[in-house]
Amino acid sequence: MSNYSYTAWILLLPLASFVILGLFGRRYIRTASGIIGTLAMLASTILSFYAAYSYFSSGSAIGSAVLSTAHPAILTGPAAFSATHGAYQSITALHYVWLPFSTGMSIDMGVILDPISVMMIVIVSFVSLMVHIFSLGYMKGEPRFGTYYAFLSLFTFSMLGLVVSGNIFQTYMFWEGVGVSSYLLIGFYFDKPSAVAAAKKAFIVTRFADLGFLVGILILSFYAGTLDFSTLIARLLPGSPYFAHITTASFLGISVLTWGLTLVFIGGAGKSAMFPLHIWLPDAMEGPTPVSALIHAATMVVAGVYLVARLFPLFALSDPGALQVVTWTGAFSALLAAVIACTQTDIKRVLAFSTMSQIGYMMFALGVSGYGGESGLGYMASMFHLFTHAFFKSLLFLGAGAIIHLVHSNEISDMGGLRKLMPVTHVCFLIACLAIAGIPPFSGFFSKEEILTAAWHSNKGVYTIGLLVSGLTAFYMFRLYFSIFWKKPVPSTAAHTTSSSPTGHGAPTSDHAAHGEGTLTMKVPLIILAACTVLAGFVPFSKWVTSDGAPLATHIDIVFSIAPVMLALIGIGVAAALYQKESGRPEKIAGVFGGFYRAAYRKFYIDELYLFVTKKIIFNGIGRPAAWIDKNIVDGLMNGVASVTAKISAAIKGFQSGKIQNYTLYFFAGIAGLAVLFIYLWK
Amino acid sequence: MSASAIVFYCLAAFILGTGLLAVTTGKIFRSAIWLLFSLTGIAGLYFWLQMEFIAAVQIIVYVGGIVVLIIFSLFLTQASGKEMLRPAPGRVVFSALAVVAGFALTFLLIHQHIFLPVAKPALEASVSNIGLQMLSTTEHGYLLPFELASMLLLAAMIGCIVIAIKIKPAGK
Amino acid sequence: MNGIPLSHILFLSTALFFIGTYGLFTRRNTITMLMSIELILNSVNINFVAFNKYLYPDKLEGVFFTLFIITIAAAEAAVAIAIIINLYRSHHSIDVEDTGEMKY
Repeated sequence: MSNYSYTAWILLLPLASFVILGLFGRRYIRTASGIIGTLAMLASTILSFYAAYSYFSSGSAIGSAVLSTAHPAILTGPAAFSATHGAYQSITALHYVWLPFSTGMSIDMGVILDPISVMMIVIVSFVSLMVHIFSLGYMKGEPRFGTYYAFLSLFTFSMLGLVVSGNIFQTYMFWEGVGVSSYLLIGFYFDKPSAVAAAKKAFIVTRFADLGFLVGILILSFYAGTLDFSTLIARLLPGSPYFAHITTASFLGISVLTWGLTLVFIGGAGKSAMFPLHIWLPDAMEGPTPVSALIHAATMVVAGVYLVARLFPLFALSDPGALQVVTWTGAFSALLAAVIACTQTDIKRVLAFSTMSQIGYMMFALGVSGYGGESGLGYMASMFHLFTHAFFKSLLFLGAGAIIHLVHSNEISDMGGLRKLMPVTHVCFLIACLAIAGIPPFSGFFSKEEILTAAWHSNKGVYTIGLLVSGLTAFYMFRLYFSIFWKKPVPSTAAHTTSSSPTGHGAPTSDHAAHGEGTLTMKVPLIILAACTVLAGFVPFSKWVTSDGAPLATHIDIVFSIAPVMLALIGIGVAAALYQKESGRPEKIAGVFGGFYRAAYRKFYIDELYLFVTKKIIFNGIGRPAAWIDKNIVDGLMNGVASVTAKISAAIKGFQSGKIQNYTLYFFAGIAGLAVLFIYLWK
Repeated sequence: MSASAIVFYCLAAFILGTGLLAVTTGKIFRSAIWLLFSLTGIAGLYFWLQMEFIAAVQIIVYVGGIVVLIIFSLFLTQASGKEMLRPAPGRVVFSALAVVAGFALTFLLIHQHIFLPVAKPALEASVSNIGLQMLSTTEHGYLLPFELASMLLLAAMIGCIVIAIKIKPAGK
Repeated sequence: MNGIPLSHILFLSTALFFIGTYGLFTRRNTITMLMSIELILNSVNINFVAFNKYLYPDKLEGVFFTLFIITIAAAEAAVAIAIIINLYRSHHSIDVEDTGEMKY
């Protein structure tokens, strides 16, 4: 077996980049920090591609040399889990015992390579590289350029550490690291109060979810007696004594295993912006657009999906109840986000809700999946969708970044007719929209089709929701596309020439000349990602990443895919009819829906509900009394002790009266007391 | 009851009575005189105990020296003749109670103890015996304390002069 | 010895001691406090002499102690008078209640 210890460099290069840029980027390196960050990321990407190549192509990763003897048996119990027939094994590339609590339970740091972690390091490093290159052009002229690249490197390091960890606590540590990087990057423009508020909101909501994650970790590791993923999973599968122990213990009528898994899922739902912990994602768009591309589209938000995938044997085999929670949360979030996205006018917010919707897809795909062989189709589909979504969503965001860079505004109403001004961006954006709508032969079609197939075989209700959402997805994405690139703007603010600086509604009059579509560094990542979006569908994913590691043969059912594709085309047609040319039809339709439209536009008032609960109930009900107790009782106690001491001392100090005869009396009393003590009481 | 017993009881009553008067009387000069009487009574007690040397020393030093010194200081501080200030009644009561309690405790202890005399021939406390014994360098001699006492007296003398001296202001 | 048991003499000396103590607690005049101290010292002298006479007739240590106590008492009285005179010069009174400068 080849030595995989070079994979440590995949993590250490971004970390080194963070340290160097963090220390010196502000004052000394400045513009060169972009080059340093990008080069480090390039090296890391090359290494991850190489690792993926050697992992997936080497026969040594598979138990036997012959691939075709796949054992698709349903695995039941710890013994079968270690089957070595034709399945990709989990390889420990690095392992350090860091904090041992007892024999068997220790926090270890290491790098684990198995199909999903290898896939993730490829995705994370590649998308990060694209974002690094794009930011060279996008963030040019930014005074805190070096700091920006330092934060990007920190994020990449944390995300990579999260995905390669083999110990659940290491995951948690890097989970928090990702949260911190996200906070730093969302609040990058810290002089904008809205950005600061958004950063705080993101951090607090995810931190609150992480509390659930931590409790879940503690529960599961307590009953399994270990923190290591593979050992934990093996011990909590049905048939082992640990499993019997954890399922017989119950709290409020629900078994402890369900509690543990659900709480872990809550942590994942917070990071992945699932309902009701999704409120931070739209606001997180206050950060720079490349950050949104990296963090809130392709990598961090899929951390929750990744976590469920990691613990998938437990969800599928040990506790199907928790899996139901996953399914319905994902399905509902997908639907909710799609409805809201149809009404939003800020390009980045549309894309944010679209992300939430697609992650909902991934979640319910995991939910409808079984474990092993054919029934593990949903798992494979979810991971495949994660893979393709990374490409087309980051492409969408980077394209949006290029558009915003040109127009200097996020609002759709300030854009229009841009297809002549930015041809490259136009084509790439169109490719991405077609992919997300699920039109063949783009990659989104393949992954969505697998998901819907898995849903059809398992739960018809979820399938219906998935179908409906895919239609809505096509509609709102093409609403966005047509409004930006086709809809002619109002004549008085026409900006068709490349020489004049664009003046849209509310766009600030720019003091620098029009820069056209953007620099080369902004176009190259778009082109590369568009190519990936086109080609990624043809990657033989099911050969490499499946629920039990054994390769799975899949095929495309043409008849089955007619329904989603037709629905997508109808959605595109409706969007074209409404938005390709300027007309009053959208407003009329919005008027028809009336209150529902307004509610969807206001994101169903969920933010207001949260604010109400926080301010009126938690602050007034808990915060104020706690503050009162602290000020009056705790401080009062301290002050009371001090004042009592002062009073006692004032009473005692009268003993030092300066009068000799008082002193002689005390002296005599002392002697008498001592005499009595020594004569009568001393034994 | 033999005559010496009667003499002892009279002496004891005299000593205690005058001592009590010394500490309770109002006029300060009278207090000094009562003290004088009390000390003389104690000298008488020493005579009764057939310790003539000690009795003589008592009279010479205590009565003739210390009480005279006290009377001098009374005159120097112009306090004689005036009525003294009385202490607070609370203090009087409290002190009396403390003293009575202490006395009771001590006497209880003494009463319970059995004193065993050493059965050896008595040594007469004559001046020659005292002198020979005190100033011998062997055989339980107290020469060293004797010399130290003389140095102490010198130091006390010098100390008194230093403390009580009146510095004449310059330029007078 | 002389028909008087030792405890009677000790009664005398103890009573004298506590009379002197009472005077020490009660008298407001520094010189009368000194007089009370002399009474205390004398009571101790009586104790020593009595013990020497009754319990250890072959030795003379009690006598020596008494002599030394008398000597030291004289020196101490002299120093005390000197202090009192100095105090009188600054306070113009020998009332001990007036010397309360060491108060808190």
